[in-house]
Amino acid sequence: MTQITAAMVREHGLSDPEYARILELMGREPTFVELGIFSVMWSEHCSYKSTRAHLKKLPTKAPWVIQGPGENAGVIDIGDGDAAIFKMESHNHPSFIEPYQGAATGVGGIMRDVFTMGARPIAMMNALRFGEPDHPKTRHLVSGVVSGIGGYGNCMGVPTVGGEVNFHKSYNGNILVNAMCVGLARQDKIFLSAAKGAGNPVVYVGSKTGRDGIHGATMASAEFDDASEEKRPTVQVGDPFTEKLLLEACLELMATDAIIAIQDMGAAGLTSSSAEMGDKGGSGIELDLDKVPQREANMTAYEMMLSESQERMLAVLKPGREAQAEAIFKKWELDFAVIGITTNTNRLVIKHKGKVEADMPITALSDAAPIYERPYTERKPLTGEPSYDKKKNVLASLKTILASPDMASRRWVWEQYDHTVMADTVQVPGGDAAVVRVHGSNKALAITTDVTPRYCRPDPFEGGKQAVAEAWRNLTAVGAVPLAVTDNLNYGNPQKPEIMWEIVAGIDGIGAACRALDFPVIGGNCSLYNETNGEGILPTPAIGGVGLMQDVTKMATVGFKRAGDVVILIGETKGHLGQSIYLREIEGREEGAAPKVDLGIEKKNGDFVRKLIQAGRVDTVHDVSDGGLLVAVAEMAMVRGIGASIGLAGLPDAIPFWFGEDQARYVIAAPPAEAEKIRTEAQGAGITVAGLGKTGGDTITLDDKDSVKIAALKDGFESWFPNFMAGEEIPVTN
Amino acid sequence: MKSAVIVFPASNCDRDAKVALEQMTGKTPHMVWHQDSELPDVDLVVLPGGFSYGDYLRCGAMASQSAVMKSVKAHADKGGMVLGVCNGFQVLTESHMLPGALMRNAGLKFVCKPVGLEVEETQSGFTRKYEHGQRVTFPVAHGEGSYFADEETLNRLEGENRVAFRYAKGENPNGSARNIAGILSEKRNVLGLMPHPERVVDEVLGGTDGRNLFHSLIETLS
Repeated sequence: MTQITAAMVREHGLSDPEYARILELMGREPTFVELGIFSVMWSEHCSYKSTRAHLKKLPTKAPWVIQGPGENAGVIDIGDGDAAIFKMESHNHPSFIEPYQGAATGVGGIMRDVFTMGARPIAMMNALRFGEPDHPKTRHLVSGVVSGIGGYGNCMGVPTVGGEVNFHKSYNGNILVNAMCVGLARQDKIFLSAAKGAGNPVVYVGSKTGRDGIHGATMASAEFDDASEEKRPTVQVGDPFTEKLLLEACLELMATDAIIAIQDMGAAGLTSSSAEMGDKGGSGIELDLDKVPQREANMTAYEMMLSESQERMLAVLKPGREAQAEAIFKKWELDFAVIGITTNTNRLVIKHKGKVEADMPITALSDAAPIYERPYTERKPLTGEPSYDKKKNVLASLKTILASPDMASRRWVWEQYDHTVMADTVQVPGGDAAVVRVHGSNKALAITTDVTPRYCRPDPFEGGKQAVAEAWRNLTAVGAVPLAVTDNLNYGNPQKPEIMWEIVAGIDGIGAACRALDFPVIGGNCSLYNETNGEGILPTPAIGGVGLMQDVTKMATVGFKRAGDVVILIGETKGHLGQSIYLREIEGREEGAAPKVDLGIEKKNGDFVRKLIQAGRVDTVHDVSDGGLLVAVAEMAMVRGIGASIGLAGLPDAIPFWFGEDQARYVIAAPPAEAEKIRTEAQGAGITVAGLGKTGGDTITLDDKDSVKIAALKDGFESWFPNFMAGEEIPVTN
Repeated sequence: MKSAVIVFPASNCDRDAKVALEQMTGKTPHMVWHQDSELPDVDLVVLPGGFSYGDYLRCGAMASQSAVMKSVKAHADKGGMVLGVCNGFQVLTESHMLPGALMRNAGLKFVCKPVGLEVEETQSGFTRKYEHGQRVTFPVAHGEGSYFADEETLNRLEGENRVAFRYAKGENPNGSARNIAGILSEKRNVLGLMPHPERVVDEVLGGTDGRNLFHSLIETLS
């Protein structure tokens, strides 16, 4: 037997106290296979050891929540016996090393998390952060990630309906690729991962196991350095064709009643799927690795247990149903093998070539995994109002902002994603939230992903709140009732007290907003150690929100639809320029306090706007976020080339009024008589409301003086991304 | 009008085709698995979009060799109608049921967007309900949709009025020769096109320009 040395323990990312704990739990020295299993199960990625204590504080319940955190994905009730199942997950580290495959397998992984629960995936979203545009790697990474997401999602035939793309120097050495999948199931056909009962067959379906991705979960739990490129072999390779077959085969099997439990083999593959299923079912699992379908010869037990080969699932069937299941998988030309059995021992036993390679208590991998209350040091949030040059021309600044990297149109990105397949996409990318009809009904789900990382560094708490509030606002702006969120918490190294504080404050902010807005967290993922050479990313707690519309025909969209509509601003404008796009793009500074979110006002304003949409009184709504009010109006004008003549209302200074990033605001447009009623009602409800002007013409005109052609704005807005991507030869991947 | 939709492994517009046929004809099509060598008794066979067999080889090349395609060819030889959309068009060229080939998009990227088309040929069972020269908008969603054929073949297609749809001026999304978006077979009973008519039959999805293709089929086949 291999002697375990201190060097081996270190190479497996385990600390000395952690190894001492392993010795105690095992009552003996672990085998090499057991050490490998501990290494992945106790990794940050699988165990959430730094965040678990804090994640517990998040609100996870509501009458419409069917399944909260802890399963492969969260589940909510959307009425009529239907359920929406969704989750967001990161694939940051692999995507930086190998952007195409990293992003592609990120998409594949999150889809499996959703269809393993019995749902057909109906929409994909993604939240992407790249380094500065002029960093030498950025183009290559953007190109690879976007084509990887498209390559996988397009083949699967699931529409990719939206997301976000940001650029910032803090991501130069550590990009973020967060993918979200939303699926649809019947409430009485939801599958969980608890392998209850002894003596049931454990079956392996999908692709064969190879040596790819070994230790991916451990890699995802460490910082990067310049040698990280050498980790390329730990990035998995995706095969969307096999995944599409696996999806159809699983749904076909799920239509029978043969399954007791099912779970995808994601991070830490066979190890985590078997351990988690046994743990949740309170049972034991015994696997015979000789029976595992293998792609390569002479694989060891260690390699098989730690392989992250894609497109695989583990299921526990009712005894005697093997032949029925096998026939389905054979029809889809997929591997099927009975590789083990459930037991009542509560132990994970791994046999290979007649030898017991591991025999360990399952609770040692789950409940007994370390939880750390890591120390954190509070940093005072940045405060203060930044200065600005009052003489700068407002419309010239608008033009610059609309053609800036973070604000320009993302058309170059989303036209590479099939966003209309499945013939239910009602709101395509580019609006406030994507809207996908519930197949065969008049209902629809609204979906968004949001976070403003530049707010989260100066004030992680307010930044966390704002991410949730913006997601809620985006869902509201199309007319949906926001129901629940999945969070993807991307931070740096939690062993640094100042980073740990960003995490704790961020989670507290998310919790505060989710509670106030009745918007529970039903699942998510943490990605820590997003640092390269000691440089951390901006705290980036991405929020994926899902809402429900009862009548999709009442959906509101961003674009102005008619000349002569009155343009109304809902919500108060104080002119908050701290950490704004204006300050960064026009003044060249990232300064000041992040905007504060008053959650009470947020709710009040949002509920008011949503009611107008639901009543069919308003069809043109846009939330005010990045870039402020004038950017919002310009975006509404650019959709159909219908302009507006608007004026300053309520503030003496033009720049903070037009570009301030105060929260809880919406711009709506409605015919004059309706607009008048809306203003009266808003005032009556104590909601700040202002008339900005009227739609019409082909310009944005300010105060009847200065004007700019919409065509000119649109030109810069649409051309930045394609010009950027065409700017230089993109290094070839693969 | 009786119809069948062929399902290859990793077809992914098979359901869309089925739903559109149900909506437009009021009848549910047969869903035919690629390993079935016999077709049910139908008037129309639809080869849907997707990534048949993963399309890791040339798009449609594997599918063209599948068991069901022999029956589809026999159906067409007997004068039965066949509609191939996107991957279905690729399968039709790979099966030599239509001339030419579909190559990688000129921009080398997958492209999904609504594109303007002109209905060039209305003397066909697929297009008779459109006006000649009518401008319609169908979405495209493909990585390999650049139609290519030698000059002689292109001249022949045009000479025989077999170009059913062309990308409108400035709308060609993939570099297709002579802006060709969809073509008819010699007997005019097979249509292959890259844009997706089945995604534009429902008002709530932003357009209904695809409906007349189905109305044409209904009129022809009833």
